[in-house]
Amino acid sequence: MGVGSFFTSKLDEAIGWGRKYSIFQYPFVTACCGMEYMATACSHYDVDRFGAGLPRFSPRQADVLFVVGTISHKMAPVLKRIYDQMCEPKWVVAFGVCTCTGGFYNNYATVQGIDTIIPVDVYIPGCPPRPESVIDGLMKLQEKIATGAQRY
Amino acid sequence: MDGQAILARLETRLGARLLGTHDHRGDHTAIVAREGIIEALTFSRDESDLRFNVLMDLTAVDYLKLPGREDGPRFDVVYHLYSIPHNHRIRLKVPVEQDDPVVPTATSLWPIANWLEREVWDMFGIRFAGHPDLRRLLMYEEFEGHPLRKDYPIERRQPLIGPKV
Repeated sequence: MGVGSFFTSKLDEAIGWGRKYSIFQYPFVTACCGMEYMATACSHYDVDRFGAGLPRFSPRQADVLFVVGTISHKMAPVLKRIYDQMCEPKWVVAFGVCTCTGGFYNNYATVQGIDTIIPVDVYIPGCPPRPESVIDGLMKLQEKIATGAQRY
Repeated sequence: MDGQAILARLETRLGARLLGTHDHRGDHTAIVAREGIIEALTFSRDESDLRFNVLMDLTAVDYLKLPGREDGPRFDVVYHLYSIPHNHRIRLKVPVEQDDPVVPTATSLWPIANWLEREVWDMFGIRFAGHPDLRRLLMYEEFEGHPLRKDYPIERRQPLIGPKV
């Protein structure tokens, strides 16, 4: 034990610190929340300050799946497949009430929360959420990435 | 051609199979029995002074529990026709009973009827006899029920997608 475990735990911390500032996100944008996502990503709010400024449009190159907008039943298998294609370690952010719970679309066509299909790490409510909420969610995700903590 | 004149032409052709007509702010509607709908559509499309060459829309209405129509047929299948050469329109309606929701297909008259009839089957559960490929159009195969029927429960959850209640 002793020396080895000490070294391992410090290595985990270093890796966590590195990962939380190099978030390659996959924006799965399906609806109006995408506008707010773009506002967050642009220079005024500037998510690049948090190391999340580079969206990757291939799930194989991404760490965090941003699910932005309403997910319909017919989109559900696509979302599941995108999630399955991402390499570990991976995280999922539910952006907006539609992805969190279905929002006000309580009907035959809309998935009632994407956590019925894939695991979610951070929920950002709002219709759509303000960029401040998104940045708050992103910082919570960073905390989680750094410490390996359970979901919020 | 004037809407009233179109209705008169349909009436002479269909006779008793024309169940009624009405107009509202210049939009004319003919209510046709199921037995006469294919003849009415063919006649409207091919007659030289009618020439309804565009099927603008084919849809349905569920009149379940509509005040004043509790005893009547539950559904109406609605055809909106438009004529490009004559620039006139007509609407045809076919009343359909709940126990026997079948209407003859119009796919041989207008190819677009193929998808429109599939949508009506998907949403209302009305079948079209003679349709070449009557599958669901918008929903998926495992979907249970027909969501635009008035008795489809709004909070119903589908078996493939939860949450399980």
